[in-house]
Amino acid sequence: MNLLIGTIQLSIKSLWLHPLRSLLTVLGIFIGVASVIWLLAISKGIGDEAVRQVESLGADTIMIRTVKPPSEKMSSTGLTPYGLMRDEFDMLVATVPTIKSALPIREMRRQFQFKDRKLDGRLVGCTPEYAEVTHLELAAGHFITDTENSALDTHCVLAAKVAEKLFPYEDPLGQRIYLPENKNYYLVVGVLKPKGSSAAIGGSMAAQDFSYDVYIPIKTLQNRIGDTVMSIRPASREGEVIELNQITLRVFDVANVKQTAELVKAALKSHDRMEDIAVVVPLELLEQVRTTQWMFWIFTVMIASISLLVGGIGIMNIMLATVTERTREIGIRRALGAKRFHIITQFLAETSVLSLAGGITGILFGLLCGPTVNLARYIANTFWTEQMSELPQVVQTLQPSIVPESIVGAFAVSIIVGLIFGIYPAIRAAKMSPIEALRHE
Amino acid sequence: MLDIKQDARNFACRVVDLKKEYVLKSETVRALRGVSFDVPEGDYVAIMGPSGSGKSTLLNMLGCLDQPTSGSLWLGGDDVATMNDNQLATIRSQRIGFVFQSYNLIQQLTVVENIQVPLFYQGRSLTREQNKRTYELAKMVGLGERLDHRPTQLSGGQQQRVAIARSLVNNPYFILADEPTGNLDSRTSEEILQLFERLNVEGKTIILVTHEDEVSKRAKRVVRLKDGRLQWDKTNTQEVRDAAAQYAIDNMPVEA
Ligand SMILES: Nc1ncnc2c1ncn2[C@@H]1O[C@H](COP(=O)(O)OP(=O)(O)OP(=O)(O)O)[C@@H](O)[C@H]1O
Ligand SMILES: [Mg+2]
Repeated sequence: MNLLIGTIQLSIKSLWLHPLRSLLTVLGIFIGVASVIWLLAISKGIGDEAVRQVESLGADTIMIRTVKPPSEKMSSTGLTPYGLMRDEFDMLVATVPTIKSALPIREMRRQFQFKDRKLDGRLVGCTPEYAEVTHLELAAGHFITDTENSALDTHCVLAAKVAEKLFPYEDPLGQRIYLPENKNYYLVVGVLKPKGSSAAIGGSMAAQDFSYDVYIPIKTLQNRIGDTVMSIRPASREGEVIELNQITLRVFDVANVKQTAELVKAALKSHDRMEDIAVVVPLELLEQVRTTQWMFWIFTVMIASISLLVGGIGIMNIMLATVTERTREIGIRRALGAKRFHIITQFLAETSVLSLAGGITGILFGLLCGPTVNLARYIANTFWTEQMSELPQVVQTLQPSIVPESIVGAFAVSIIVGLIFGIYPAIRAAKMSPIEALRHE
Repeated sequence: MLDIKQDARNFACRVVDLKKEYVLKSETVRALRGVSFDVPEGDYVAIMGPSGSGKSTLLNMLGCLDQPTSGSLWLGGDDVATMNDNQLATIRSQRIGFVFQSYNLIQQLTVVENIQVPLFYQGRSLTREQNKRTYELAKMVGLGERLDHRPTQLSGGQQQRVAIARSLVNNPYFILADEPTGNLDSRTSEEILQLFERLNVEGKTIILVTHEDEVSKRAKRVVRLKDGRLQWDKTNTQEVRDAAAQYAIDNMPVEA
C-alpha cells in the first residue's frame, strides 16, 4: 500500500518536471475519450430523434400516399387525374381483413386569412380519428367530430402556429377564418398544441411539419373545394386532380404489418404504371433508421479507436524519451535496491497517471456535450439568427444523449491504451543493468 | 566451504578467488583475475591501483550491483555470487550503503526523500523509528536545516553528505564509496573524510576506492590492485593515520 501510494506520488512528481510535455500527452488521450463520448452522444441524439419521428407515425400503421407522377407519364394537354381514389379506399377497407381502421386524407396548399392577417399553410381534409392516429393534442376546443364530418359542416381546427399567427390577440375559438382561393369561411372549433415533426414519408425527404395545418372534415373539403385544385403562380398555371392524398391504415397486430403491406401493394397494382403512389411502412423505416444508426456507431468507434491509438502512440513516444532521459535515475534506484518490478511499476504508474488524467478530463468534457451544444446553438441563434433558421432541422433541435456505455468504454480503453503503450518503455527501462544505467550521462 | 560460511558471520565480507570477465564482441576483458581478501567488521579499507586495474569492478560486486564470473562473495551468511537479480536487489535495499563519485541523488526528490529511497524499496511502511533516524542522519551530516531542499539547491559537498546519510539509512554491512572525494575540493573532501572517520570510530565498516595517497593514508588498511590482481594489502599504523589527518588540516587553504 505504502509502495503503491509512494509510486503514484512519485510519478506525479516526475511528470511535474515537464508540465507542458505531460499536458500534451494527456491531450492526446483527452481528445480521444471526449470525441468518443461526443460522437456517440450526438449520433444517439440524432438516432433517437429519427426513431421518435418514425414511431410517432405508429409502428402498426401503413401509409399509402399519392405522389406526383414523373412528367412523361402525364398527358401534355389538360389535367390528368392521378393518385389514390375514394373507390380504392372503400375497396381496401372491404377486402383486407387485417385492417383495424383506415383514414382517408386530402391535403392542399392554401392561404388562410383572418382580418388583414394572411398565412400560407396546409389545408387537411380528414376524419375524426386522424387526431388520435397522428397524436394530435388539443390546447383548446375539440377536434372535428363525426357529426361534423357527415353533416358537411364548415368547422375547422387550427394547428398551433396557425392560431398564433392569425390570432395574435384574439381567442381563435368561435372566429371564422377565410380561404381567399375558394372564397369560403370556416368556424374555428379547436386549437392544437405544438407538435414535433414526423419522419419524412412519401417522396419528400423533409420531415413532415404539422405546425401550419388547418383541419376540416374531408367530406366538407370534397364538397366545397372538390378534387381539382388550381394554383395560380406568376409564370404558370398549375393544377392537380386528386381524390385522396393519403390513406393511413392501422392493422390489428404489429406482426401483421408487413403481410398487410404486401396485400395492399398487390391490391393497388394498377398504379404501378403511373408511379403515382408510394407505400410507406413506418416499421420498415424504423428498421432502416436502426441500421443506419448501427453503421454510424461502427464508424464512430473506428474514428475513436484511431484517435485513441494516436494518443497511445503519443504516450509511448514520450515514455521512451523519458526512459532514455532518466536512465541515470533508473540506475540510481536500482543501485539503492529497486527490483526490476519496481522500475516497471514506476513507469507504468506514470503512463497510467497520464492516461487516467486524459480519461477523466475527457469524460468530464464528454459529459458537457449537451450543455455545450445548447450553448453553441444559443450563441449562434442570437448572432446569426437568419443563417441558423436555414440550417436543417436536425441542427436546430439536436439533443445529444450520452450513451453510458461510451463513458465506461472510453475510460477502460484509455487505461488499457496507457498500459499497453507504457509497458514496452517500462520493460526497456527495467532491463538495463544497474551499472550500465549508472554510467549513462 | 561450510567453514567459510560459518566464519563469514564475523566479517563484514569475505572475498574468495573472485573473477570477473567482460565478454565483448572482439575480445574478453578480464577485469578481475582472482582476488581474495577478508574485511572484518569495523575495518576501514582503501582500495588503490592504477586506472583500469579493476577497483570499480570489485566495489560494484561488493555492492551487489554486478555478479562475478566465478568465485564467492560472502556477506553475512550468504554467498552473493549465487544470487539472482531480485535477491541482489533485496540485499542492496537492506544491507548495502553505496556512495558514488558523482553523488547520484534523485533530482525530483527532497533531501529527506532521497535519504529514504532504500527504505522505500524495502516495501514496508516507514516506522516511526525509521523516520526519526532519517532526520537524525540528516542532522548528523549537517543538513538538518535543509530537509526540504532539492539536490540542485545544494553544493557538491552537501550533496555528497546527503548521499552518505542515504548510505547509512538501512544500517548496512558496510559503506562502499567509489572515489567519494573525486569531484570535491580539498576542504570539502576533508569534511567528507572526517565524517567517514567518525562513522568508523562508531563501528561502521568502510571500504573506499581512491587515487590519492593522502586519502588512503587515513584508512586503517590499504589494498592495492594491479591488472585485476591483488598487488599488496597492508595496514596503516596509527602514526601514519594521525600524521595524514594533521597534514590535511595544516594544508587546508585559508578561507578568504
Ligand atoms: N561493462 C564493461 N564492459 C567491458 N569492459 C569493462 C566494463 N566495465 C569495466 N570494464 C573493463 O574492466 C577493467 C577494469 O575497469 P574498472 O572500471 O574496474 O577500473 P578502475 O580500476 O575502476 O579504473 P579507474 O581508476 O579509471 O576508475 C577496465 O579494463 C575496463 O575497461
Ligand atoms: Mg573506477
